[in-house]
Parts: sequence; structure tokens; C-alpha cells
Amino acid sequence: MSLQALTYGVVGFTFVLYIGIAIWSRALNTRDFYIAGKGVSPIANGMATAADWMSAASFISMAGLIAFLGYDGSVYLMGWTGGYVLLALLLAPYLRKFGKFTVPEFIAERYYSKTARIVAVICLIFISFTYVAGQMRGVGIVFSRFLEVDVAVGLVVGMGIVFVYAVLGGMKGITYTQVAQYCVLIFAYTVPAVFIAIQITGNPIPQLAFGSEITGTGTALLDKLDDIVTSLGFNQYTSGTKSRIDVFCITMALMVGTAGLPHVIVRFFTVPRVRDARVSAGYALFFIAILYTTAPAVGSMARYNLINTIQPGEIGAADGNLRYDERPEWFRTWERTGLVAFDDRNRDGRVQYYDDRNPAFAGQAAEYGWQGNELTVDRDIMVLANPEIAGLPNWVIALVAAGGIAAALSTAAGLLLVISAAVSHDLIKGIFVPEISDKNELRAGRLAAAFAILVAGYLGFDPPGWVAQVVAFAFGLAAASLFPVILLGIFSKRVNREGAIAGMLTGLLFTYGYIEYFKGLFLKWAGAPWGDNVAEQWLFGISPEGIGVIGMCLNFVVAIVVSSLTKPPPEHIQHMIEHIRVPRHMESLS
Amino acid sequence: MHSDNRLAYWRANLRLLAICLVIWFTCSYVFGILLVEALNTIRIGGFQLGFWFAQQGSIYLFVVLIFFYAWRMNRIDKKHDVHED
Repeated sequence: MSLQALTYGVVGFTFVLYIGIAIWSRALNTRDFYIAGKGVSPIANGMATAADWMSAASFISMAGLIAFLGYDGSVYLMGWTGGYVLLALLLAPYLRKFGKFTVPEFIAERYYSKTARIVAVICLIFISFTYVAGQMRGVGIVFSRFLEVDVAVGLVVGMGIVFVYAVLGGMKGITYTQVAQYCVLIFAYTVPAVFIAIQITGNPIPQLAFGSEITGTGTALLDKLDDIVTSLGFNQYTSGTKSRIDVFCITMALMVGTAGLPHVIVRFFTVPRVRDARVSAGYALFFIAILYTTAPAVGSMARYNLINTIQPGEIGAADGNLRYDERPEWFRTWERTGLVAFDDRNRDGRVQYYDDRNPAFAGQAAEYGWQGNELTVDRDIMVLANPEIAGLPNWVIALVAAGGIAAALSTAAGLLLVISAAVSHDLIKGIFVPEISDKNELRAGRLAAAFAILVAGYLGFDPPGWVAQVVAFAFGLAAASLFPVILLGIFSKRVNREGAIAGMLTGLLFTYGYIEYFKGLFLKWAGAPWGDNVAEQWLFGISPEGIGVIGMCLNFVVAIVVSSLTKPPPEHIQHMIEHIRVPRHMESLS
Repeated sequence: MHSDNRLAYWRANLRLLAICLVIWFTCSYVFGILLVEALNTIRIGGFQLGFWFAQQGSIYLFVVLIFFYAWRMNRIDKKHDVHED
């Protein structure tokens, strides 16, 4: 069977599976639609959370990002896993005990304020749309690369699938499809990694192969890698270039942002008991960790493979570099997609790959007769082309395509659901039409989900520039706006409405302002005197990716100071806080 | 529920939280970031220790930490008789 037919077969099979699950588990009322009737087992919820969390970026881009960043890539590994510790310890059990449907609903009741609810909804919609646009784009890209259809066609198919199971199934349908999607994506991720680990080191477990010796050399993989990348002028693989404070702040912003992301938090509303919420976060992180500990191994092995292909002989020797007309098959395949590009600057017919921006290496390169780096490699290729580079059979390549689509669809569906819940439950029922019937609210939720899919599809087809800043923005915003007020809402009885609103607005505006100033999100026009991300101007040397931490601190300080200057929360709120701090129902305690 | 018991329960929870968060901070920020260079002089197999904490070890410890917290919390719930049925 040809690769393309095989890919269509595997991807088609997974789609039938997802839709079948959605029909079997469709939502019958708003409780099913928002929180899956609180009947999800902690392990299933853990898997669903893992699929919800691991996006197209985690699946396709992260290993490649680490391959090129080396140690600096650790910020993503620690940042996107450590947040679950905060979630499990500080937020999930208490929000589960609160027992309602959405994150803004908690903020509204705890701070007895519709204004707080609206601010929270705005933050939520903003974070979620920024994020979902990237997912739809991911679906389109995987379709166009593996199935050789137009990005737009891929997008429409992806939108159609999400439409069926998100609109029909609600949270219940999404949860069980996410369980299936997790299985597909983790299998697709680990199989090529195992094969490559065996090829390079003989050890089948990528996490161990990563620290093993390269077969037949007696040199450890990471030492060899450090050695070859530095002799090509690149920065050492196992040490970084970012400043200490910046690495610290980016990691913290990603962790806290993870814990503050509404589509992740809301997953813990679906389990039956408080104790399930705690342990479910453990399962979620366990399932996430399988991919997140494999990714750095894949990154280092892929970087090693890439350099070995380009530089088969001695560095600097006339015949040390790959002859362009002898390039391997995968090189040709991915050249057609533009992910690999070659430009023979010194016209020697060979490929030179080195760091031409490193002034210390310039003299050496000139001596070799090199006139600039000739190879550009898109980081996504490290995962997408891995099976071909390692010479794996076609079914593995088809599986990687299905895995990439599963990762993108599962995250998109989770995001679309929190957007629709924010509209139908927080805005329509909570603020504008409180007397709405359950049936009509469910209908409104489905309509909102359908509308959100259209907007997401449009954003994915024609992404505005700010989608690329999603990491800095979505996480910074979640860290600086939602996380502090939820945390204070549980752990402080003194923080009140005025403090929470002032805190959220301060964190939001400061973080947005800083990122806008350095990266130019919405207000930047050509020639505007900002948006150039000049590192010398960074506050305390913190890049826009890490600034959410300062926004978070400001939020905490403002919320506490303003609260201490104004009236404490009313008595029934104090009772509510007592209530969410204890797992058992208050009525049954005497 | 007597307010004494409730207070004792909350204190026990906060104490456990403090211990867990110290471990969380140490294995990621201290070992993986602040002391990474010092730890990199120690090797386990083909890994430099600081690099291993940053890209592997911290993640394993996070997983263990959440299960540890969930297990200890269940015991504290039972001891203070606030557990769910």
C-alpha cells in the first residue's frame, strides 16, 4: 500500500473512532455538557487532561525546539509539567469541592461580583482563542503535509470533526474522545523514539538512551553532541545562553500559567470526589510525563542524527560535508515542503551547517572556505521527519500524522468547550438571562461552541501576527490574571471584591502592556517605536515570555493591599470558604 | 464540625503543602536552574546531574510529589474525620 493510502486509512480510522465515541457519550443536559455529569474516573480524567493539555505544539514542535535550544529548552519541560503540582496542591481539590461549572463562576461567587465575573470571562476568552487558533493551524498543517491536501481543506475537515463531537457530546463527549486521542498520540510519539534510541545507543528506552553511550564509540551521546555542536560554532548543548533570572522567570510564568489555564482547571470539575481531583492530577501528569521525558531524548538524538547526516566526515576537511546531489531521500521529501532549505553560498556542491552568527567562529569558518550557513531546518521536522530519517516503515509515518492530528483536535475541543461555557453559562445565564431553562442553556452552549469553531477556523486559516506570540501571551495572562485571584479566593478569607478586581486588572494590564511594548501584539504598525524586543530594555533582564511572573506578583500585592483598606467579605462568603476547604459536605458535619 | 478540629485540619493541610512546595521548588528551580552548573560537575552515566534535573529528574519528582500529596491528604482527611464516603 502506498504511504498516502496508508495515512488516509489510519487517520480515517481514528476519525470514525472519535465520532463513534461522541455519539455513544453525547450530552443530555447542561451538567453533562459542562462537566460530564461529574462521573469521570480519575484515571480517564488524567488521560483526557493529558490529551487536552498536549497540543499540536507539544507534539510537533517541542522536541525540535529543545533540539535547537539544548539546555535552554528546559524552561518548557519544567514549566509545562511543574504547573500540575500547583494545580493539584493549590487549586483543583478546592474548585472541585466548590462544585460548579466554570472558572468565572467561582470568581463571581467568591468575590460576590458580576464585574469580577466579566473580567474573568474576558481573560478566559482571550487566552482560549489565542491558543485555539494555533491548534486549528496545526490540524491544517498536518493535513497538508501528510495527506497532500490544501491547508484550507484540512482545516475544514478538522473543524467538521471537532464540530460533531464538541457540539454534540459537550464535555462528556470530549472527555472520552480525548482518552482515545491520548492513546493515539502517545503511541505515535513513543514508537519512533524507541526505534531511534535503539539505532543510536542500543538502549530501547529513550529516557535512558539519552544518557547512554553511542553504539561502538564509548562516548556518551550528550558529550558527543556537546563536542560536535561546539566545533561547528554552536552553543554547547548542555548549557544555555539565556540569563539565569530569565530562565527562572520563564519557567515560573509557564508553571503558574499552566495552573491558571481555564481549560485545564475545568477538567478537574468532572471527577466525582475531592480526593479524585487530587489523584487525577497525578495521573494527568504521569501521562504527560511520558511524552515530556521522551521529548528531550528525541530532541538530542534528532540533532545528533541531523548533524551526522550533514557532516559525515571531519569538520573542515574538503570532503567532510554532505554532497548535495547525494542527499538522502527524506531530505528531498522535506525540501518540497520548504521545511528544509539549502542555499549553496560557496558553490562547492556540499552542505555546510554551522553557526554563522557566532563571531568567535567566523575566522575558523573562513579558513574552511565556508561562506555562511547553507542549511535552514524548520524545528517541526525533528518530529515529523524522524521516522523517515530513522528509516522506519510507512505505518509509523502514518501513525505520526494521526498522532499530530489527535494532539491538535483534543486541545482545540477542550478550548472550544470552555469558550462556549463562558458564553452560555457565565454571560447568558450568569449575567443577561438568569431565568433561562436548562434546555435553552444547553442549546445556547451548543450554538456558542459552533460559533467558536467558525472563529477558530478563520483564525487558523488566516492567523493574525499575534498567534505566534501565544506562548508569551496566553501563559503570561493566565499567570498574571486568573491564578492569583483563584489562589487568594481559597487561601485567604480577607481578600474581597475590590481587591480581586483591582488585582486582576493590574496583572492583566501590566502583562499585556509589557508584551505589547516589546513584541507588538495589536497596536503595532510599521515603524512604530516599539515592538522590537530590545533585550537591553527588559525590566530586570526578564524577557516578555517571563514577565507574567512580575504581573502575578503585582496582582497579589494589589489584591492584598486594596482588600486590607476596604471592608472584609460578607459572612456568607466566609462560610463558603470554610466549606470549600473541607472535602466532606458541611451539612453532614456536626 | 468543631471549629477546633477544622482549624487543626487546615493547619495540617498547610504544613503538608509547605513541605511539598519546598520539594517542588528545590528539584526544579534550585537543582535545575540556580545550581545547575555546580551539579553539572557530578555525573550519572552519560548525564551531567544539573542538566538531568532540568530535563528529566524534576518531571519525575513532580509526578511522585502529587501522588504523595494525594496519599497524605487522604490520611489527614480520615484523621480529622472530614473524608468523603
